[in-house]
Parts: sequence; structure tokens; C-alpha cells
Amino acid sequence: MAGGKQATAKRAMRWSWNDPHLRSLIWQVAALAAVVAALWYFAATAHENLSRQHIATGFGFLQNTAGFGIVQALVPYSEEASYGRAFLVGLCNTLLVAALGTILAVALGFAVGIARLSSNWLVAKLAAVYVETLRNIPLLLQLFFWYFAILQPLPGPRESLTLLPGVFLSNRGIVMPGVGLTGTSPAFLAALFLAIVASFLVTRYAKARRMTTGERFPASVVNTVSIIVLPGLVWLIGGAPFTIDHAAMGKFDFTGGWRLLPEFLALLLGLALYTAAFIAEIVRAGIQSVGRGQTEAAHALGLSNGQALRLVVIPQALRVIIPPLTSQILNLTKNSSLAVAIGYPDLVSVFAGTVLNQTGQAIEVIAITMGVYLVISLATSLAMNLYNARVAIVER
Amino acid sequence: MTKSPIIEIAHVDKWYGDFHVLKDVSLSVAEGERIVIAGPSGSGKSTLIRCINRLEAHDKGRIAVDGIELTEDLKRIDEVRREVGMVFQQFNLFPHMTVLENCTLAPIWVRKQPQEEAEATAMRFLERVRIPEQALKYPGQLSGGQQQRVAIARALCMNPKIMLFDEPTSALDPEMIKEVLDVMVGLANDGMTMICVTHEMGFAREVANRVVFMDQGEIVEEAPPAEFFTAPKSERTKAFLAQILRG
Amino acid sequence: MTGAMKWLRRNLFSNWWNTGLTLLVLFVLWRALPPFVDWAFISAVWHGEDRTACLGPDKGACWPFIFANLDQFIYGRYPADLRWRVDIAFLLGLAGLVPMLIPRVPAKVWNLGYLVVAWPMIAIVLISGDRPGLIGVDTDLWGGLLVTLIVAITGIVASFPLGILLALGRRSEMPVIRTLSTIFIEFWRGVPLITVLFMASVMLPIFLPRGLHLDNLLRCLVGVALFSSAYMAEVVRGGLQAVPRGQVEAARALGLSYWQTMGLVVLPQALRHVIPGIVNTFIGLFKDTTLVLIIGLFDFLGQVRVQLSDMHWSTPQGAATGYVFAAFVYWVFCFGMSRYSAFMERRLNKGRVR
Repeated sequence: MAGGKQATAKRAMRWSWNDPHLRSLIWQVAALAAVVAALWYFAATAHENLSRQHIATGFGFLQNTAGFGIVQALVPYSEEASYGRAFLVGLCNTLLVAALGTILAVALGFAVGIARLSSNWLVAKLAAVYVETLRNIPLLLQLFFWYFAILQPLPGPRESLTLLPGVFLSNRGIVMPGVGLTGTSPAFLAALFLAIVASFLVTRYAKARRMTTGERFPASVVNTVSIIVLPGLVWLIGGAPFTIDHAAMGKFDFTGGWRLLPEFLALLLGLALYTAAFIAEIVRAGIQSVGRGQTEAAHALGLSNGQALRLVVIPQALRVIIPPLTSQILNLTKNSSLAVAIGYPDLVSVFAGTVLNQTGQAIEVIAITMGVYLVISLATSLAMNLYNARVAIVER
Repeated sequence: MTKSPIIEIAHVDKWYGDFHVLKDVSLSVAEGERIVIAGPSGSGKSTLIRCINRLEAHDKGRIAVDGIELTEDLKRIDEVRREVGMVFQQFNLFPHMTVLENCTLAPIWVRKQPQEEAEATAMRFLERVRIPEQALKYPGQLSGGQQQRVAIARALCMNPKIMLFDEPTSALDPEMIKEVLDVMVGLANDGMTMICVTHEMGFAREVANRVVFMDQGEIVEEAPPAEFFTAPKSERTKAFLAQILRG
Repeated sequence: MTGAMKWLRRNLFSNWWNTGLTLLVLFVLWRALPPFVDWAFISAVWHGEDRTACLGPDKGACWPFIFANLDQFIYGRYPADLRWRVDIAFLLGLAGLVPMLIPRVPAKVWNLGYLVVAWPMIAIVLISGDRPGLIGVDTDLWGGLLVTLIVAITGIVASFPLGILLALGRRSEMPVIRTLSTIFIEFWRGVPLITVLFMASVMLPIFLPRGLHLDNLLRCLVGVALFSSAYMAEVVRGGLQAVPRGQVEAARALGLSYWQTMGLVVLPQALRHVIPGIVNTFIGLFKDTTLVLIIGLFDFLGQVRVQLSDMHWSTPQGAATGYVFAAFVYWVFCFGMSRYSAFMERRLNKGRVR
């Protein structure tokens, strides 16, 4: 039977306010016209103001020389580099602190969230205090605390604290042995990658075999061995894949090795601890959302504690946890922009701060900066929507 | 002198996407008639009566209520809705308003009546459904049967010419069904034109002028209750009756 | 005594793992708490006229610094003799807020109208003195808690109507309206507040006609209002989704128009559901006001930092004292509001109508 829409006679639109199509059309046209008119007006005003003040427009400024240094640059950068390169440096710094911060925050958040549900009263209460304290103090204040109250008062490099052999903490940051690449590195990494891929395939094979024959294949043993042996062979044959560059004490400060700036550490700690408090609540709510009846039913079917947790509780809990968790990760990324308050050279600090001051091209700079964050936000939202659609529990 | 029917449904079709939910349905209802529409779930009975007050739109055919053609014209839809009252299976009372406010809302805002007049009308109808003492309570404080009676009063306060009932007792606990049916019987005896989608066959026998049996989107059979229950003509009707009248 | 022993055994020492955890936690607390209590209370300096009181070895928190600067923390550089106007504005607001928060008090709609429309206008006139007969106080002089509350309250109040319109727009069936609303909402939710503040402070003047000059605080308020309206829109949208479809059907069946249905039936029910969400948004906004420091405005935290850099009060423990005090104040506000929000949520979930 053909769809009904084709069978319906197309009614001619009547020029009457009572026709819903016409009404809807008028509303939409009016809204669009209002928006366009507003944009036109603002664009015209901006154009007039900019030309009056002789401020340049356009994106050509990105090729001009930057003329300022950046304390932390993950890509090659110098004062002769362009503004565009400075943008890239800032972007990498933002992504670095966001990625590391996310890992720390999620790990800590899960730990604290589960601790909240612990049967140990002291642990549960302590976790609750952690959450309620850190959630209700502004992040900027926490950053100031870490930076001004903890990291800056540390002793100077000559009196550094030794955290681990070769790892030193002072008010100039953390200095640790640096890792450099050698000729064997590509082969080593390739071997590692292959071993990991192989382990995925082995695991799938083992699962399929268990499904059909019920026999268990010692996949985990095989995987562990292959991940150790394969790259290990490369190491033996080709030599060490890494060089370690120890930091040595110079006249006033360490040279060599890798350095984590105090600004970076303060931002990382502040972001991670603050976001972990929110994640802890999300995890707790997610676990509690799986009714006790689920665990009871699983036990009644003969599943062990671990199996019930892995196969019944956690999958359901994850469905509830992941959407707000993604939201918090996005918040962490956006909050990394507070770096400008403690001098960490992130995207906002470098680009919307220094570059904007030097070029005066506010519109372009701020538009680009906002654009970057928008892309990150929208990409994450899209990924999350796809995930949600895939795992949504099918309901009537 | 025969008056023209107050509801005219002529060769109406409706689709939900590819699903043909109403198939060439035609029905005429005279003023003061009481029609009971029965049928298995999914037969399109609710969809049909929701087309009468344009809560759903029919795709093909003609529906006229009290002479007003039902098209997309918003003004006509508003006119029709003023003449047609509806009682829902889930009551749909406004929980943030008292019973009295529920009943006076539409008369004040749609018919532009002054508040005193609306309240007097509301109290009259609340007495008619026999719960005037609950006027200042909130729906959440009433039982299901009381809520449904308030819903009936609320619809009556607009002085409709036609009352539509969409499975009014299906969401009620058994002991409360009777109080609602009694009110509906009272309405029928006062001459209200009523179209009821219901499973309550006792009510149909007592009050209906015609019972309409719908199945899979089409009207299979319609007859006065005596004939319908004792001598159904179609096999499908017989199967349906066997199912619901058993036990 | 055995009751307590039983509780201890069950909750703290039920097995080896728990026992170990308990001992670890107790150890950590023993190392962390006494030094803090000592610093904050026992070794702390409580009396003094200037920094000399807090100098010297083994001194704890410098509380005289807080006491002496309390006025600045609250009012900023607002002229001392005119502070009564701020106090009155604040009290008028409190007089409207307290009845609003207590569920049993009636006439909520009038209350809301006062709080959202009448009081802001009165407060603006009182605080800025922008009327003949009152001495004007330039916004540059406003600071401290005054600025924090102004930014947060304006953010919420201004974003409320805009948020409702955006939420309705996002659920509209007209594609243009829905798309425009969605774009607007997702834009403001996708960018950090700092970039919004930069935009308001640095970029906005470019788009204003030549004669119109908005001062820094006003530009910041515009940015905060737009930013906050997107979050408010999502909160209201959640509330709208919680209203059953049958409500709209019943209203339409009675003959009510779209706007009558929205205004009389849907929104009143939706807004009850969003009260916890609105409080949470306000808490977030309250914490976010600290960011205005970056565009040169002095909120509560900013004012604390200003006083810290005042040489008159420069002491070794001053910074720690200032930050601990600020943290405590923020914590009290935010924790209190979150308790209220939880209370409202529990009440609503009980299914009570009023």
C-alpha cells in the first residue's frame, strides 16, 4: 500500500492567518529576517569602527612574526616563528593539559565515586567530604591555591625535593629524566603495535571458540607473553629503543631531562582534582541507578560476584554514567582556559592574550579561539550521541 | 423533518507513515445519539475520535462537526474544539491547579467569561458529577474515579454539544469504574451527544443507540445494541464478542 | 558500650582490607588535620591593627588582615558613606527571596515578578545612583561580594526569559526557529566562559555604534547573560520534556491556543521541575564570577587578591589566610545552595503538587 502522504491531495495555501502553513512560514521568515538584519547592522558598525581606528582585518596577520617567547612548546618554536605557529603551540599545550587532566580526573573520579559506596564508614565519609569540598569552591581559587600556596613556596632548584630517583621537585617545576628516540624506536613501536593488534585478534578468537565449543583458550597468558616477547626481541636485536637523558644540576638550575612547569602542574592538579569531584558523583549515581534487583537476579542465576559486576551491573551503570561523564570531560577542556590566570601558555593565554594584544585584531583572534573550542565540543557531542544511539536500551 | 447529522465522517483515510490506520471510514452521528465504538486494540478507534476534535489530522475524506468542516484552518479547528468536549483515559487534569481552577480555566480564557460566572458554572457541574466538596483540592489528592469525574465536569464547563470519551474507565481500579459510568449514563439521559470508545459492554447495552465495531482500521459492523450483541453478522464481530464476553 | 563496639567492627574493621583502609585514613587525618587546626586557630593571630601583629616566627593565620579589610571584601571601593544604599538594595532582595524559597508561602507569581522585574530596577538605581537626587557611584568603584552577587544575579535573572524562549524554540516544529535556537544554544555551551568574557570586554565595543559606550561591568554582564541563557535553555528544556503530552492534548481539546497552553498549563508545571536545575546553574554561575578577574573587574576573590598585594598588610601568612577565608566563604554559599537544591528535588520527587 502506497504511503499516505502521496495519496493526500496537496492543499493550496490559503492567504489567511488561519492557515497553519502560512502562519508557520511567516514566523520563520520574520525570525530569519530579524537575525539577518541584526547581523548586517553589527557587521556594518564593526566595519566602520575598524576602518576609523585603522585596525587591520583579515587573517594575514597569522604569517607575521610573533616576536615573543613561549615557555613550553611541544612543537619547534622560536621568537622568529609566525603567529600561526604560536597558535599551534598554544593549541598543543591546551590539548596536552586537557588529555592528561582527563585521564587523571576519570581515574580519580571513579576511585572516589566507588569509595563513596564503600562499606567502610570512614572511607565513605572521607570521599563525601572530598566531593562536597572541592565541588563548592571555585576552580580559579583552587588553581591559585595550588600555584601560589603550594608550588611557589617550594624550595629553589638547589634544594629540590627528590620524589623518585632522578625526579626532582622545586619551585621551578618537576625535572625528570627525558626520553629520546633512537634508530630502533620505530621498529620497537611497530612491534608493540603489532603485538597489541594480535592480542585483540587472539581475544576474539578465544571468545568465538568459547561460544562454539565451550573450551577456554588461555588468551590472557598468550597476550601477555606476546606483548613482552615481540618488542623484547626487537630490543635485543636492535639495541635499546630509547635513550634516557638525565637531568644534571647546573649553576642555578637543572639542565637536560624533561621539565614540567609549575604552571602546568598547578593547572593539571587543579583541573583533575576539581573535575574528579564531579565525576565521582556521576559514578556514584550511575552505580546506584542499577537497582539491587539486578544483582539479586544475577546471583540467583548462579553468577559470581565478579561476573555479576562485569556482565550485569557495570554495563548498565556505564550507560547512565557516560553521557554526563562526557559533559564533564568537555568542561575540563573548557576550564583549561583558566590557564591564563596563572600564566600557563595555553591557547587562550598565548593567542587570545599575547597575540591579540600585539595585533589588536580582536574579532579574528577571538573567533578563531572560540572556533577551536566549538570544534572540540561538537566533535565530542557527536561521538557521544553516536555512542548513546548504539547502546541505548531498547524500549517500547 | 430530519436534521442533518451533527457529526459527518465521510470516507476518511489516515496513515501513520506506511501504516494505514483508518481505511475508508464513514460514520454519521445525529444530535443526541450515543455511539459506542468497540474493537480490539490497534483497530483505530481512538484515532478516529481524536480526528473529530483534530487532535489528529485525517489525510483523506471529509469530517464535519456541527456543520463546520474540519480542515487545516486554525480558526475552524478552534470553533470545533469549543463545541466538542473530550475525556481522556489518563484524565490529564492539570496537577498544579485546584479542581475548581481546572474547570474554570478554559471558560475564562477561551470563552472570556468573568471569573464569578465561570466558578458558578463549575460548581454546578461539580455537583452534577457529585463531588462539589472537592472543589478546592488538588488532583493529586483525589482518587482515580474522582479525578475522572472532575475531567468530565471540566469538559462540560465549556458547554459542548458533543462529548468524546476515549476509554475513560480503562485506567481505573475496578471499584471506581461504576461511579464514572453512572455519571456518563446521567449525561446520556440528559440528551448529550456522546461517542465513547470503551470496553464496558454493560454501558453499551444500557445507553448506546448504536454500537460500532472497528477492526484493523475499518468499520466492520454497526447496529443497535440488542441486535449487535445477540445477532452479530460478521465473523470478526463474533470472534471479538466471544473474546470479551467470556468470563 | 557493646553497641559502639559492634558499629566499629561492622563499619570500620569488618575485614582485613577495611581494617587496613581505616588505619591508612586515620594516619592521613592525623598528619593533616592537627597542623591545619593549629595554623587556623591555635597559633593564629586574632588581634592586631596592622601587619606587625602577624610578623614573627611560628605565627599561624593572620586573621586581623581579614577583619581589617572586610569592608573592601564586601563593597570594594564603594564610598563608605553611601554603603547604606547597597545594604538596602540587598535587604530588599532578601525580603523577596526568602518567601520565594519557602514552598508554603503563596502568591508565588507576584513574588517572582517582584524578584525578577521590580527589584532589579530598584537595586540598580540604588547602587549606581543613576537618578537625579542621588550621588552617582561609578562602576569602577564597585568590588568584592557586591560585584560577585551582581554578576551572578544578573546572569540568572537575565537568562531566565531568554532561556525559556530558546527552550520553546528548540522544541518548535518550525525548522528555521528550531535551527536558530539550536545553533545559539550549542554555540554558547561550546565555548569557555573566559573567551566569552574576552569577547564582551574586547570585541563588543567594536560592534557598538560610535556614541554608545558601555562600561566594563555592563559589557561583562551582557556576556554572562548570553552565556548563561544557553545553559538555562537546556535546564528549561528538561523541564518541558518532563510534562506529559496528555497535558498539552487536554489543553488543546479545551480550545486553548498555543501560547495559552504554554503559559497556563505547560510552563507552570515545567518550571517546578527545573527549580533544582536553576539552583545548580546559579551555583555554577556564582563560582564562575571569579573569572571576571581576568577582564579587570574585582569580584570577591579579586578583591581579596587586591588587598593581599597591599603593602600595608603584607605578611608571610597573609596569602594563605586570604585564600582560606575566601574558600570558606564560597564554600558556605555554594554548599548551602546545593543543600537547598537537594531539598527541593526531594520534595518534588515525592509527587507533591505544591
